[in-house]
Amino acid sequence: MTIIVALVLSLLVSGLKEVHTENESVYNKKGILSAVSEQLGQDINSMGNKEVQELFSTSIDQKVINLKGEVISPEDVKTKTGASEPVDIDWGKEIKKPENERLLPVFTYKSKDNKEYNILYVRGKGLWDEIWGYIAFESDWNTIAGQAFDHKGETPGLGAEIKDNKAWYGQFTGRKIYNAEGVFKSVSVVKGGVKIPDHQVDAISGATITANGVDEMMKRGLKYYESYIQKNKKS
Amino acid sequence: MADVQVPVKSESSVFSFGKAEKKLITDPLSDNNPITVQVLGVCSALAVTTLVSKALVMGIAVIFVTAFSNLFTSMLREYIPKSVRMIVQLVIIAFLVTVVELILKAVNYPIWKELSVFIGLIITNCILMGRLEAFAMGNKPWRSFLDGIGNGLGYGIILVMVAVFRELFGKGSLMDFKIIGPTSEYVLNTMEISWLSWYAPNNLAILSPAAMFIIAIIIWVQRSRNPKLVDIS
Repeated sequence: MTIIVALVLSLLVSGLKEVHTENESVYNKKGILSAVSEQLGQDINSMGNKEVQELFSTSIDQKVINLKGEVISPEDVKTKTGASEPVDIDWGKEIKKPENERLLPVFTYKSKDNKEYNILYVRGKGLWDEIWGYIAFESDWNTIAGQAFDHKGETPGLGAEIKDNKAWYGQFTGRKIYNAEGVFKSVSVVKGGVKIPDHQVDAISGATITANGVDEMMKRGLKYYESYIQKNKKS
Repeated sequence: MADVQVPVKSESSVFSFGKAEKKLITDPLSDNNPITVQVLGVCSALAVTTLVSKALVMGIAVIFVTAFSNLFTSMLREYIPKSVRMIVQLVIIAFLVTVVELILKAVNYPIWKELSVFIGLIITNCILMGRLEAFAMGNKPWRSFLDGIGNGLGYGIILVMVAVFRELFGKGSLMDFKIIGPTSEYVLNTMEISWLSWYAPNNLAILSPAAMFIIAIIIWVQRSRNPKLVDIS
């Protein structure tokens, strides 16, 4: 019986593997695209797999960088991670690596009116499990143009609001991560009213730990990109 | 386990579908419901009932697993040594659950992502073991198969009932179709219809305790309508 079970399962796994990886890749691509959903002018969630793939391949440019801000060539990325496309890399694993080996993705979205939006990736911890987000920036690398958060297992109605409630995550749009002097401030999640409109958003009541997680991830995660941002800002 | 097993007098064919067989399916829907009467499988009923779509998928997955695990166990029942029967049953259940998980992952990835661990946890769902031990080990395959479908259905129906309440009151929608809420996306926009302006979604409904209350109310209603059930458990 064990042999039969093992045989059927292994056949099924290998048979469905392609569909699985495609689904996963589409899911990630949807996540990245929803960070620029305002600029897209289309509803990503109503799109089929093929449409998402096509939209992603025509409008998104993918790069992989290291913490020093250097762009890694696609060949090197492939030998290091085994994935042919940056979007398919398991970034959750990547971000746990020691700093000198760690890689980071940069996705650039080119809109129809030829504006460029750079989408950066952050990852942190919520209450129950990991949370992550794609943050899209205007071409000044400072103003947030859009965002999409996701989570593994936050409480529906509380922590899960970071993904579901547009009234909450929409707050990030238009915030800035550098102050007027050019010092990195990121965007904090605060309780009891926003005092510095440029760098703060309101927390979710009842979901303190998830909100703190977002706060921490926005600070630490975006800081990793610091040198890359500085390089690109000047040019 | 309160099972009144109806002995089959004359079996004309293997796949006969008479009164006794029909009872196997309808019984778990009401008077012998796995959740409300046998109070099995409550754990997942609390966890996956925030959205009707989730509950539906979970229900279908459980129907599949109960039906086929009952069928396979019943087919093998004469060859399974008594001392290792639990292990054999577990292998069957775990196998079927893995199949379900792999297929769901291929067919609907977002739902798989949301149900995540709970599909895997069907393995530990008490309904399965309960039915295998109580029914499939002592009955013919076809009857066991029907019993599995019946119990899976009984579980699924309660799940969907709970989910309807939770999604409607917690999120103001059903199957992601927005019904009542404060923006123009909803059919009943509470910002514009003045006599509904008091309405606010009940956040408690989305949290797990709400499922507990709703299941308890269902049990209460069912037992007050059918006093026979009160003595059973």
